[in-house]
Amino acid sequence: MTNQTDTQTNAAIEVDDLVTHYGTTRILNHVDMQVNTGEIMVIMGGSGSGKSTLLRYMLGLHQATSGSIKLLGHDITKISAQEMDDLRKNMGVSFQGGALFNSMTVGENVCLPLHEHTNLDENTIQIMGRMKLSVVNLGGFDDLMPAQLSGGMIKRAALARAIVMDPKLLFFDEPSAGLDPVAAAELDDLILRIRKALNTTIVVVTHDLDSTFRIADRITVLDKGKILMIGTVEEVRNSDNQRIQSLLNREARHVEINADEYLKELTGQKE
Amino acid sequence: MLKTFTEKLGKTTLRGVEELGYSLALLVESFYWLFFGFRRRQAIKLPSIFAQMMHIGIQALPIVAILAFAIGMMLAIQGIATLKTFGAESQVVLGIALSVTREFAPLIIGILVAGRSGSALAARIGTMQIAQEIDALRVIGISPVRYLMTPAMLAMLVMLPALTFFADLIALFGGGVYSSLELGMSLQAYADRTIEVLKIDDITQGLYKSLVFAVIITLVSFVNGFSVTAGAEGVGKATTRSVVLSITYIIIADMVFTFFLTH
Repeated sequence: MTNQTDTQTNAAIEVDDLVTHYGTTRILNHVDMQVNTGEIMVIMGGSGSGKSTLLRYMLGLHQATSGSIKLLGHDITKISAQEMDDLRKNMGVSFQGGALFNSMTVGENVCLPLHEHTNLDENTIQIMGRMKLSVVNLGGFDDLMPAQLSGGMIKRAALARAIVMDPKLLFFDEPSAGLDPVAAAELDDLILRIRKALNTTIVVVTHDLDSTFRIADRITVLDKGKILMIGTVEEVRNSDNQRIQSLLNREARHVEINADEYLKELTGQKE
Repeated sequence: MLKTFTEKLGKTTLRGVEELGYSLALLVESFYWLFFGFRRRQAIKLPSIFAQMMHIGIQALPIVAILAFAIGMMLAIQGIATLKTFGAESQVVLGIALSVTREFAPLIIGILVAGRSGSALAARIGTMQIAQEIDALRVIGISPVRYLMTPAMLAMLVMLPALTFFADLIALFGGGVYSSLELGMSLQAYADRTIEVLKIDDITQGLYKSLVFAVIITLVSFVNGFSVTAGAEGVGKATTRSVVLSITYIIIADMVFTFFLTH
């Protein structure tokens, strides 16, 4: 199942000609991208650009209309459920709201993947959980419930859970959303530290420009479900593409109005 | 006008068929994890089943006892009052024994558990859905059906018949208390007469029904919980919908069951 070409090109993640739909609406339109091993790739774009959708497909949460997504050489659009389960042990995800299980303590949350996927004894699991919590500066917080944590702490606890199995791939959905600038910067530092320590391949979906420029090796810019550009921070900054420049300069989008479509919208006609 | 009506009818039918298909798929998947989970190294964990059994069964005992006792008394009051017109009050024991074991105990337990635990399950799953906890389970490599639904299904399948049997005993006792006061018969005589008239089939009929109700409550709660998309309001709607649908299906299933078991 391991693909020789992928190993040679050093691609940890390879998205090839991905097309996805939500109902009958096309969301992603022939998306191609690669993320190299140990690289931090930031996917950015405005609201509705399809960046979160792209992440959800990379996580194997939905079935694509066409195209392929290879993670560590395995095409997740084709592999069996068992193979996907095994692959997921090499993946960690930090969701936008943290997605900690509210009925469990922080410690139980962090240790859950170890309980489910390993045969380690309870003491070892507890020690590993506490180690990961101290990596994200939450040492001693393992007995608290998620509801007792602040927004920044929830994100860090979710990160501890994401890295508890030492994954090769780490995904972040809007890590800085809802955080104050200091907490957001701390989380950025954590992401950089984790990459340095574990050489993890990291994909970050965000619309936070400061954070993007701080952590990205390369940036993928999405717009209306299509890739506008993939390049280094410098290349994206210096791009003469108008859409990219208005995204970087936080300019409001001009809404293109088609008279016929607008009339249909007003009269409530669908197709 | 006609087009809109036809469109609505079509959409509702389509949604109903979709939901039925989804329910059947969930049912199959929950049993798949129960029997083959260990092969995928995702066996069902006993503590999670016990936790659900505690919530669905043990914690419901006080309210079940109160309801069952009141229903037993109510049947005795009605039975004696009605049978008095024929001078056949002594037949009330037969009436209570059969209606409690065959009908009232399983039905009341089904409705109670749908309202108490079915709503809690739908609300919990719905909240987990909107907080992305279900997605988090999937990306950790844990099947939400295996982790959340199979333990609940097993707990329902064990606890509903257990609660029904418990309700049988308490309702018969309630009927006995009133009958002994009204008719002057001793509780011992009432108990002897009940054992004499009751057949094992009467009790198992009620227990079989409760197994069907257990599957209905679990499926309806999880289908509605997993389908939540629209925030807090969605959770509220899913909870209400799951209770109303569970009770409706329980009563319809009860009618169908009773028809076949009495023919």
